[in-house]
Amino acid sequence: MAINPKKTPMPTQDPIERGRNFNEVAIGYTVEMALGEAERCLNCKNKPCVSGCPVNIDIPSFISKIKESDFEGAYQVISKYSSLPAVCGRVCPQESQCESKCTLGIKFEPVGIGRLERFVADYHNANATEKPVKPTPNGHKVAVVGSGPSGLTCAGDLAKKGYAVTVFEALHTAGGVLVYGIPEFRLPKSIVAKEVQTLNDLGVEVKTNVVIGKTLTVDELFEDGYEAVFIGSGAGLPNFMNIPGESLKGVYSANEFLTRSNLMKAYREKSDTPIMKGGKVAIVSGGNVAMDAARTALRLVAEKVYIVYRRYMTELPARKEEVEHAEEEGIDFKLLCNPIEILGYDNPDDKRDPKNGTVVGIKCIKMELGEPDERGRRSPVPVEGSEFVLDVDAVVMSIGTSPNPLIKSTVDGLEVNRKGCIIVNEDGLTSREGIYAGGDAVTGASTVISAMGAGKVAAKAIDDYIMNK
Amino acid sequence: MYRIVKKEELNPTVTFMSIEAPMVAKKAEPGQFIILRVDEEGERIPLTIAGYDREQGTVDIIFQIVGGTTMKLNAKNQGDYIQDFVGPLGNKTETEGVKKACIVGGGVGCAIAYPVAKKLHELGCEVTSIVGFRNKDLVILEKEFDEASDRLFRMSDDGSWGEQGVVTAPLKAMLDAGERFDVVIAIGPVIMMKFVTLTTKPYDQKTVVSMNPIMIDGTGMCGGCRLTVNENGKRVTKFACVDGPDFDAFTVDFDEAMMRGRMYAEFEAHVRDEACNLFKAEVK
Ligand SMILES: Cc1cc2nc3c(=O)[nH]c(=O)nc-3n(C[C@H](O)[C@H](O)[C@H](O)COP(=O)(O)OP(=O)(O)OC[C@H]3O[C@@H](n4cnc5c(N)ncnc54)[C@H](O)[C@@H]3O)c2cc1C
Ligand code: FES
Repeated sequence: MAINPKKTPMPTQDPIERGRNFNEVAIGYTVEMALGEAERCLNCKNKPCVSGCPVNIDIPSFISKIKESDFEGAYQVISKYSSLPAVCGRVCPQESQCESKCTLGIKFEPVGIGRLERFVADYHNANATEKPVKPTPNGHKVAVVGSGPSGLTCAGDLAKKGYAVTVFEALHTAGGVLVYGIPEFRLPKSIVAKEVQTLNDLGVEVKTNVVIGKTLTVDELFEDGYEAVFIGSGAGLPNFMNIPGESLKGVYSANEFLTRSNLMKAYREKSDTPIMKGGKVAIVSGGNVAMDAARTALRLVAEKVYIVYRRYMTELPARKEEVEHAEEEGIDFKLLCNPIEILGYDNPDDKRDPKNGTVVGIKCIKMELGEPDERGRRSPVPVEGSEFVLDVDAVVMSIGTSPNPLIKSTVDGLEVNRKGCIIVNEDGLTSREGIYAGGDAVTGASTVISAMGAGKVAAKAIDDYIMNK
Repeated sequence: MYRIVKKEELNPTVTFMSIEAPMVAKKAEPGQFIILRVDEEGERIPLTIAGYDREQGTVDIIFQIVGGTTMKLNAKNQGDYIQDFVGPLGNKTETEGVKKACIVGGGVGCAIAYPVAKKLHELGCEVTSIVGFRNKDLVILEKEFDEASDRLFRMSDDGSWGEQGVVTAPLKAMLDAGERFDVVIAIGPVIMMKFVTLTTKPYDQKTVVSMNPIMIDGTGMCGGCRLTVNENGKRVTKFACVDGPDFDAFTVDFDEAMMRGRMYAEFEAHVRDEACNLFKAEVK
């Protein structure tokens, strides 16, 4: 049978229609589509895809199960390696991980591994009936700081071994970036809630509204009888560009914009949380966060949404699928240009005019590619005299985040690097005994799968540590 | 869920509540704040800690009914619950080494200023308090301030309570007379803090202000609370929730803070009207 050179396309909501609602964009494979896509897998002996997966999921083996229509069996294979398949199937940058190594990809399009992973996870969530059983307690207590993918994974793995695990979360809902950052149309919150429910069923206690370093300190956790602490506090501190006008009304960090919309549900009519709606919006930078902010702005009925990015299209760091979706939805990409100032309204005759200080435009300068550096990469340099103004009513700064200094400043002897990232060894152990860390708090802003992987590694190391104490 | 242990109307627009939150009560210090959410659809709003009882495990808040959320909160009664209550956030007011202080409070800002005055008083510091209100109907915490202060100046805009005039008048008179303090701590509307600062600056009188910008998370994650300070001639962005809320008054860009504070003025007015209509409908 000839191999279909193309991936089975993912069914999606119509681009125009979805640009005005917050429902999930990608609808997911049907059973027939999944079977068809699974058939494309060559089941290579050397499994190159596995080496592309940050947690080394045995990909050909779960796809073989799909071929046999044993979807639950496929789920069991994935769940040996990943605790969040329904999430990762949706948000992993597969094109630069597993799918980039796929043998089929040399000549054709690679196997749609991510889409199959999502199919299997959704199938399991829809059909599995038995609840996870609470393991027999082993009498040891572990605390987890932060309920993002790293914290949830570490908590789940330890709970399965019988540990009494408490997760402390600063915000009012568990999930970390999965609930406050990534929008509903890309990752429905019900999926995250289900993952948290599974942890609850395993006996994990999630305490929201506790800021470690303020409400309680890590040292107090040890005094309370926790024998080890895992820090998965993420990298939530937003950076700004430090250009004039960043304090104007209508300039948001991507975190603020997305938090207002996702966590605080400002997109719903009922919500008490205000957010900028309508108008023209510029999003600065081109990562996943920027795409999410742009597409959220669009759904908040913006007339026009720009992505302002200093490099060119092929260098956009966002997942390929998100860029494609954003283009289909009509997001306008202003490439090779860089903001230099945000302009505000100022009524010279009335200092008390309430419109004073609101954003009216963003001044940018065009960029061109300079001489290649020693690595051959040509970095953008400004073109003199090429300044221009985009008329906008809001600007979302999405130029990255760093770890929050709160943990570092309240844990004596915790070593961090220049960027404020916690330093750990290969087991996730920090410079202090009994304190482990992982995820964005260690790597800086990264990916869900690597955060999850770090949670797994640390859970194993914590188990070894406590058992050998 | 967090129980409202006590509720009291301090004046028609200002309410006191004592909330059961033992973990917060254990750590709370004057100058710090909490963030609460009234219900599932509620927004997160910061309120400064007006008092705490470590044994009872309660934290006091005092709030002015200004927008939809404070209206919703005020509709709750003793024994009811609020959805979320997290803290203590921000840094405490620096009290170490302070022997003589002047506390300037304006309007509901007095609710924040009071625990600071009280703490300093308990530490044996000489406390001069200047508190100002628009008129006598809006006065709160008079007795408390009286007890916590060695000297108390009562000011009102219309002269219906204490002396007529602004809070900066007695402050300027004292400074003119050669009096100096280890610190002047001003807490109230941004415009008041700006004028206190303009008053003390010519005398190089150290002044601290407690900033209260719009916030969401209160942990340094959104940057919505940012303000600009001048650090050795350079304009630097600070996050009030983690770097503050107290700042050296001489460094703060007050005009920008006032401008940012009005970001959602229209939305607030709209919600307030809606909420009012709702309440009116209920009363009918
Ligand atoms: C908008 C957006 C889109 C993204 N899209 C993708 C994508 O498509 N694919 C992908 O792989 N990755 C994506 N990422 C990155 C990915 O979400 C993160 O790498 C991942 O969530 C990191 O997980 P974590 O567990 O380290 O931390 P986080 O998810 O950041 O969670 C940390 C949690 O700790 C809490 N916390 C912090 N400090 C404290 C404290 N002191 N006390 C208590 N709790 C605390 C925080 O409130 C938070 O809930 C995206 C990120 C953003 C912001
Ligand atoms: S309130 Fe979000 S950073 Fe301060």
